Amino acid sequence: MANKPIVDFEALKNNLSNVSKPIQVLNEKAEITDQEVFDSFSDDDLVEFMKKMVWERALHEQTMNFSRQGRMGFYAPTEGEEASEMGTVLAMKKNDYLLPAYRDVPQLIQHGATVTQAYLWSRGHVAGNKFEARSMMPQIIIGAAYDEAAGVAMGLKKNGEDAIAFTYTGDGGTSQGDSYEGMNFAGAFKVPALFIVQNNGFAISTPRAKQTSAPTLAQKAVAAGIPSIQVDGMDILACYAVAKAAREYITAGNGPVMIETLTYRFGAHSSAGDDPKRYRTKAEEQPWFDKDPLIRLRKVLEDKGLWSEEQEDKLVDEYKASFKEAIKEADAVPEDKVSDMLKRTFEIPTPEMKKEIAKFEAKESK
Amino acid sequence: MAKKTYIQAITDALDIVLEDDPKTLIFGEDVGKNGGVFRTTQGLQEKYGENRVFDTPLAESGILGLATGLGLTGWRPIPEIQFMGFSLEAVDQIIGQEARMRFRFDGLKTAPVTIRTPYGGGTHTAEMHADNLENIFASTPGLRVVMPSNPYDAKGLLISSVENNDPVLFMENLKLYRSMKDDIPDGKYTVPLDKANVAREGNDITIVAYGAEVNEALKVADDLAKKNISVEVIDLRTVSPIDTDTIFKSIEKTHKVVIVQEAQKIAGVGAQVASAIAEDAVLSLDAPIGRVAAPNSVYPFALGEDIWIPRAKEIEEKVNEILNY
Repeated sequence: MANKPIVDFEALKNNLSNVSKPIQVLNEKAEITDQEVFDSFSDDDLVEFMKKMVWERALHEQTMNFSRQGRMGFYAPTEGEEASEMGTVLAMKKNDYLLPAYRDVPQLIQHGATVTQAYLWSRGHVAGNKFEARSMMPQIIIGAAYDEAAGVAMGLKKNGEDAIAFTYTGDGGTSQGDSYEGMNFAGAFKVPALFIVQNNGFAISTPRAKQTSAPTLAQKAVAAGIPSIQVDGMDILACYAVAKAAREYITAGNGPVMIETLTYRFGAHSSAGDDPKRYRTKAEEQPWFDKDPLIRLRKVLEDKGLWSEEQEDKLVDEYKASFKEAIKEADAVPEDKVSDMLKRTFEIPTPEMKKEIAKFEAKESK
Repeated sequence: MAKKTYIQAITDALDIVLEDDPKTLIFGEDVGKNGGVFRTTQGLQEKYGENRVFDTPLAESGILGLATGLGLTGWRPIPEIQFMGFSLEAVDQIIGQEARMRFRFDGLKTAPVTIRTPYGGGTHTAEMHADNLENIFASTPGLRVVMPSNPYDAKGLLISSVENNDPVLFMENLKLYRSMKDDIPDGKYTVPLDKANVAREGNDITIVAYGAEVNEALKVADDLAKKNISVEVIDLRTVSPIDTDTIFKSIEKTHKVVIVQEAQKIAGVGAQVASAIAEDAVLSLDAPIGRVAAPNSVYPFALGEDIWIPRAKEIEEKVNEILNY
């Protein structure tokens, strides 16, 4: 008998690493790596992309300031993820339905919530969720949005709408069973959903390598039978182009797509005391800081004479001034009432609740 | 009007809500061509098409996530969880998502979902098929838990549940599925949510029960009537919220109460009823509150059910004990 095994499992395993290179248009040295896609953007497009990233960076900086002043509640920093977040959300249409996770507040604002509402959500006031935009509130249970996205997408399809569901999770979120169930349902029903995994390297402190032995997170879609691709998540042109192409593929009736953006969280998991120094070194961080999505596009724009430091500073000042206005508006929102909390639990209050409401209303009117 | 089983009454209700509201959808494991493992959805896919009645992959969290998302986009989902034990796979979607939806959005977005699921002991099923899990869900604000005790109520309560704009967990008793027949009016009628039913009027003692135990309590009432003891039986119908007014009114008259549940005694619906009485109506009583519930062990395997589940005998013993206090 030959020693040749019936199956070469090691070869099968090694084959899993044969994946295509992440899609990229502009590399970290600001070199164009895909001229054709690059040329599809007008100068105005490029400036618009830059403005969105500058806006998100400014939003982050101002929000961190407010946080340090004790004026915010839960806040998940977004610095470093601007290309991934803005690039993908810019491919959304107004009628599309967003299912964001907690770090996706900038996308929610782009999709129609106000900054004031975002601040109120952070603080934990119901007024923060009263946006008309087609969106869930930021999801805290990181796999749940994937399940719900399948349902939203099915609903949009049944409505006969030219709209799709956009949903986000992170590298940690792909470990939750629900993320698979959601993709699998969407695939089985061939519904219009775009699943985005923003792989920022860490689930709080646990590195991507400890989440799974899968060589890429994009591969997690393979088992659900849906196409997926990795994208340079620090390249807004690639993120936008891929999300836009995915949306076109999906709206043509081809079923769902999954995109893994390779990005990095420059700061902490949240503003509530997480210290990245406990789980990663400066040496590990520096190569990612060098990939800052703003640096590469800024250089391209400056070379084209479309951007200047003064222009950027002026924009940042304008944005930050608007955020200061927004938080003033948030400050002016009246405190919630227990009677109202009870009232919004059911459309028709239960008999017990009616008594409870009356009790609290009596207290509150004193 | 025709004699129908609990299953047939449910099929009737589903047929009516599918007909009445084009936004209603029925889905779950095996609910399509197979008509459900208990045939509760028999013929509905054929009548309403695969767009309205359809099979899903075998994943409960996925099924209820589908329901949540469909609710957000204007649909009225009626998902089925094949056996209630499997609902534990979907606890986040029920408790963490659907029950909170109206509260989260102050009514701008809602989850008008009716989750149907069979539960209840006595039919010797495999593990995780029969457990009485209402206690877990009855402590969830934003969710109603409905547990009909007979075919007539099953139809009327199911229609009310679907028409309600908030999530309802609609628990169908496995033991009653085929063992009971009622006269079921043709066409639509409703039985109100949040309201208990005085299933039998009496003066000497009140039994508060729900689900299959209501029928056990009625047997006890019949039996004791022969001894000139008049028992009032209250069927909770909805176990969350509990209609305390109907209970309090009854015990003002009878001054004695026995609370019956098929579930384990620990932290549940019966305890909630007892606590409501103790808090707000204890002076109506002239004897301690009696309770009948299953032992606090893990739900038994099939062969253990008959010695474990409290039925008429245990109820009658407790009623006599309280009457003779």
